[in-house]
Amino acid sequence: MNLEAVIFYLFALIIVASGGLVVLSKNIMHAAFALMFTLFGLAGFYAMLLSDFLAVSQIMIYVGGILVLIIFGVMLTSKITGVELKTGPIGKVNYLFGAAISVIIACGLSLLFTNSKWIEKPVDKIPDSSINAIGYSLLTEYILVFEVAAVLLLIALIGAALIAHKDQIIDSDASSNEISTNNDIKIKE
Amino acid sequence: MEIGLTHYLIVSAILFAMGIFAIITRKNAILVLMGLELILNAANLNFIAFARYGGLNVNGEIAALFVIIIAAAESAVALSIILNIYQNYHHVNVDEVETLKD
Repeated sequence: MNLEAVIFYLFALIIVASGGLVVLSKNIMHAAFALMFTLFGLAGFYAMLLSDFLAVSQIMIYVGGILVLIIFGVMLTSKITGVELKTGPIGKVNYLFGAAISVIIACGLSLLFTNSKWIEKPVDKIPDSSINAIGYSLLTEYILVFEVAAVLLLIALIGAALIAHKDQIIDSDASSNEISTNNDIKIKE
Repeated sequence: MEIGLTHYLIVSAILFAMGIFAIITRKNAILVLMGLELILNAANLNFIAFARYGGLNVNGEIAALFVIIIAAAESAVALSIILNIYQNYHHVNVDEVETLKD
């Protein structure tokens, strides 16, 4: 077994084990931290697959952004001191159903992947870095998609801020002390 | 055995199945969101594996980059929706959220 295989199986073990923890853990915080290890393992895979830029983006955007956002969500929607942090499956039947479906999907996809005759054209010469190529094609071939993605991010930012803020009563004459409590809708009614 | 395209594809199939499992069985909306992230990452791994071994080259990496961008936008909006659900129901269990307004 050469070095590449050893590293591959190490990363695969990290990804699958911590992914299993994400899926099965009863504690949401543990699931969030296990998700971090899954994302790190995937970043390692991306680096092994010669896309260094994607590996760094994965760590910066997923681990540094999305995961922090998820942890914020966990903390804002759970009563940290109580037992509310725990979560459970919807029911025994649902658990078996979900396990059956996902095992079928995993086996089916694996069979499909191993039996297909992929046209394999490995990258023959290994470039120093993929950033050059990505930058050129982002600003030439994919310029429209790039701009649309920028607009999408702006819309998502505005939309998220608009959805998440507490319902303030626009009528300005109501006294602001009452409004800032949790049940402002009921006060309005 | 040399590490090739199929190895990465099988890891991504396992990751995808785990994401489906989380979405089907989990009660907490944030854990459903984590399952979604697992699925998106499985798709990303496929894109990059094909970029390396299947001749997609830089196009595969760019597709994966846009998947990451869209995942960021999606999780921001989804978490703000979850916060809104929490304000109205004081829990985020997806099976007990039945009405759009209270």
